[in-house]
Order: sequence, then C-alpha cells, then structure tokens
Amino acid sequence: MITVVRFGQVDPRIEAEVAGFLARTLECGVECAAPLPEPAGALDERRRQWMSIEFLKALLAVAPRNGRILGLTGCDLYIPMLSFLFGQAQLDGAAAVVSVARLRQEFYGLPGDDGLLMTRARKEALHELGHTLGLVHCADPLCAMSLSTNLPQVDAKRDEYCQVCGPAARARLDALNGETT
Amino acid sequence: MKERWQILVIDDEEVMRESLAAWLREDGYTVDTARSGLDGVSKARQKEYAIYFIDLKMPGGMDGIETMMEIRRLQPDASVIIITAYATVDTAITAMKEGAQEYIVKPCNPEEISMLVERIIKIKNLQRENQILRKRLTGQYEFRDIITKNPKMQAILELVRDVSSMRSTVLIRGESGTGKELVARAVHFSGDRAEKPFVAVSCASLAETLLESELFGYEKGAFTGANSQTKGKFEVANGGTIFLDEIGDISPKLQADLLRVLQEKRFYRLGGTNEVQVDVRVIAATNKDLAEEVREGRFRDDLYYRLNVIEIQIPPLRARREDIPMLARHLLERLASECGKEVSGLTEDALKVLLSYDWPGNVRELENAIERAVVTCRGRQLTADDFSFLSQALEARANFAIPPITLQELEKLAVQAALERSSGNVKEAAQSLGIDRSTMYEKIKRYEIPR
Repeated sequence: MITVVRFGQVDPRIEAEVAGFLARTLECGVECAAPLPEPAGALDERRRQWMSIEFLKALLAVAPRNGRILGLTGCDLYIPMLSFLFGQAQLDGAAAVVSVARLRQEFYGLPGDDGLLMTRARKEALHELGHTLGLVHCADPLCAMSLSTNLPQVDAKRDEYCQVCGPAARARLDALNGETT
Repeated sequence: MKERWQILVIDDEEVMRESLAAWLREDGYTVDTARSGLDGVSKARQKEYAIYFIDLKMPGGMDGIETMMEIRRLQPDASVIIITAYATVDTAITAMKEGAQEYIVKPCNPEEISMLVERIIKIKNLQRENQILRKRLTGQYEFRDIITKNPKMQAILELVRDVSSMRSTVLIRGESGTGKELVARAVHFSGDRAEKPFVAVSCASLAETLLESELFGYEKGAFTGANSQTKGKFEVANGGTIFLDEIGDISPKLQADLLRVLQEKRFYRLGGTNEVQVDVRVIAATNKDLAEEVREGRFRDDLYYRLNVIEIQIPPLRARREDIPMLARHLLERLASECGKEVSGLTEDALKVLLSYDWPGNVRELENAIERAVVTCRGRQLTADDFSFLSQALEARANFAIPPITLQELEKLAVQAALERSSGNVKEAAQSLGIDRSTMYEKIKRYEIPR
C-alpha cells in the first residue's frame, strides 16, 4: 500500500522509524523497497542543491499501482522558484519525497540530536504523504498538514493529523484500498 | 476558503512554472499555468484570477511588464507579482510603477512567498466580506444577485430591466420563498429611483387597523397612544418604491384606500384632515391567485387591474432545477463566510441530494438547508451526509398517514404543530414549514390559531 524508499546514503534507521510510524498511524501496510541512487542530473552544481522533481520522477518509475511511494533523501532539495524545500509531493498523486538535510541540527551548526531528527522526519513524512492523499495545507498549526517553511514551525506541529485532515486521509486510503483489491 | 481564489503562473520555463504551481496547489489554491505572455493574457480574458505570478523575462514578443500592463487593463483589481532572476533597481521601479503589487527575486525563501500570497488573499477576503456586509446593510441587491440559467427567469430579468425606470405598478407572483422581494428590490435598485427609499411592508403580519396606520401614518390623538404625528410607509417611501408583500390578504376597507392612493397619489393620515401627496411606485406581491380571488369576490377587480399592470410570475425552484448547483454554491460561499467556517464546496453526492429534493419552500428552504449543513458539517466540503435531514424530511413525508380531513384542516394542523414545536416562535415555525414570516402570520390569522 505504502512503499518507503531510501535515496543514496540516508541512515536506514530513519527509514525504519518512518515506515513503522506510518504503519501504526495510518493503519495500513507499509513496506521498504530497495534503495535508489540519487537521480542523475538532479544536482545543480552552482546551488549545490538537488531538484526535487527529479526525485519524484525516479519514484514514479518504481511506484506500485494504486499505492503511494515516499522517498527519503539526505540531499538538500529545491525547485527553481524557492531557496529550499523540506519535501515535495504530487497532490493526490503517487509520489512524495522528504529531505532530511535541513531537519538535522548539524545543518545549522548545532550538535546532532537523533531523537529530534526522527520526530521531524515523522512529521514531514506524514505531511508529504498527506498531500498524496489529496490533503492541502491545514490552518491548524498543530496539525501535521500545516505548512512549515522553517524549523520552529516543524517543531511546533504534532506528528498526527487534526480531526478534519485525519478522516479525509483515512477515506482516501480506504478508497485506494478498494481500488487495489 | 482558498479554492475560491485562483492563481495564474506565467513563465516560459516549464520546470519553473510547473514547480511553483505544484507548490501553490499544496497550499490549497487552484492554479493554472501559461507558457508565454500572450498565453497568459488569453487565459486572463477567459477567467478572473486573484493573483498573477509573471516572469519578467520572457521571449516571444511580450515580456513580463507588457503582460502585466495588458492584464491590469483587463482586470484592474488583479494582484500581480513580478518574478525576476536578477534584482535591479530599474526593473523594480518600472514593475511597481506599472502596478505590480510585489516584486520577488528567485530563488526566494518559501516563507517569504507563502506570507506574500497569504497577505494578498487576506486583503481580498476582507474586500469580499466588506462587499457582502455592505450589500446586506443597504439591501441593495441587483440583477447579478439573482442567480439563474433558467430561460423563464432570464426572461423575468429582461422584463425587470425594461420596467425598472417606468412608474407602472408591478405585481409579482410566486410561491413562498421564490424571492419575490429580491425581484422587487432589483426593480427598484436598477431603475432611476435607486437613490430614493425602498420600503417593504408585509401586509399579512399586521391586523387591519395596525396595517392602516402603518401604511398611511396618523395624526396626534387619532387613537389611544397616538402621542405624536407619525408618517406612514407611503410617506417614508416618497420618491421611491413601496413593496407590499402578501397583498392578497388585505381587508376590503384597505383595498379601497389603496385603490385611492394608486389612482390619485394622495391620502389622509389616520385622524387627519389634510391630504398628503406622494410620488411612490407600488410593487405588490402575492402567492395567491388574485384573479381567482377576484372571481370569488374577495378582492376588488378595479384594484387588481391597477396592480396588475406588469405581471411577473416567478417559477418555483423545482421548475428550475438547473439553477440549484449554482445557487447552492453561491449560498454556501456567503453562509460559510458569515458563519466563519472554512467550507469550500459541495461533493457530487451532496449535489445529487439537493437536485433530487422538491424544495416546497423554494430558495429560502435551500438557504436554510445550506446554513444548517454549514453549521453542523465537520469537513471542508458539504457531503450527502450533511444533508441527511432532507431525506429524513422526505421519509417523514412518505410515512405520514393523512387523516380524512380537508386540505384547509390539514394546513391548520401543520401550522399548529410547527408553532408548538417552536414554542410559539413564529420565525422558527415559518422556517420549519419552508414559508416566510408574513405567510405564517397570514395563516395564523386565517385559522385563528391562538399564540
């Protein structure tokens, strides 16, 4: 139903944490697929960042039918208009990608904190997967679907959907389940 | 209510425009894209967008500034955000001078762009809310407030336009809740009397003597409690329009008085000896068949002919079902804004429910149903479940065993029951029966139901 896949050298513990968390929270089957290499041509040498769209394309090439696929990368993602992205998803589509680059304390010159990194990864994974289930940004700042453009916003929200987004995600997942079986 | 606001991204670079569009869609906006200035202008001709993101440098004959100028010519209220890869003072000044709301240099921080869009939309929401409130306050409804695709209704609107600046009396007929007053207001506010008062009187809600003093006013001492000279509605409406709702319910005495006003444009205040001269256009409305009332001798034929110079017959909602989706969306937008709830649309199943219902209380019942659904719904869209009370009403109707009594007795029972349910609250009882307050008063009076 949901496939989680690592790009390149992402810590496998993050993948295991995210996969287990999604299975518990969304109450659906989650499997980890074989890791993928970072997409060729995604790197912008000048920006030293990676174009997120290329990651979505690579994920779509291996996406299961009627399922959802979430990629995890350590690369710092961008789209031309924006200076960076925590992640990107196809709205009501198959693929989503989360970058853990800027979720690490080390990125900001601070000592590493694995617990904090895992919590942030869970929130962003639930957020981007929510987009693939048709959810748009939520006005409730505590909901995982609220828009985060900086780390304090990521840290302020919970790793769960609000009472409106939760049932909507559930309904979409159930509908997908129906299409698969 | 972000879906309501549409955004157009104009950029010749596919990756640039599609990735920005995708990012904005995640935020809940409806986003279209255009690959050139010309393409963008042609899209702006077809649809009104709230925000335009326009890349400054585009090949193909039309650069960002030219595109913006053309779009602002088409839609002066549109907000334009100019995007550029290089910040130069010259281009920034030109862009702002030509009316760009903002100027951003790519790549920009997601927070910056998100706050920028939010700020523009916030202003647009406030402007819209202000417009709705202003309209509510002044009651200045116009043609565009009457939402219809139905040919009969279109013909009515055509007629309203034609007669709006005439002085002829208009008689509006239609079932309860079809919007007779809205049409009357449209006649008034689209004609040359728009700046003068529009005064509405419900003839059914008042007892005969009260209605008389209400319409014509009274002199000091005309009756107990008449402590000072008071102007009636006819005088208040001088130069403008008086709307007499439920005209079929007035007494023979008032029919005679009204006929005199219509013929001579003057009358006496109650207890007065000086004639008052007025210039008032009369628009009357009824849900009764007045011709039938004339045949039965309950309504004066000379008054009927005076009133019925121009007749407008409004069809019931079930006879113009094609208007239901549009009306429902319009009402939802207004009611969600009034209730402060983020409800942005109706699911297809919900629309099916609305389309299959018969709407005995017409547009007013539809409005009440949507208000109830908005108040109780938990999602961002109204679903069929949110309208389950309609199917319950249908079921209740289907399971209802009608006793062997006359139609009038049955109506009396319904009115009594509704009043009991609402503990005597007429407005609430009228709402539950899908009729307006004045019709309710008329029925209470007719059946002599104690309150």
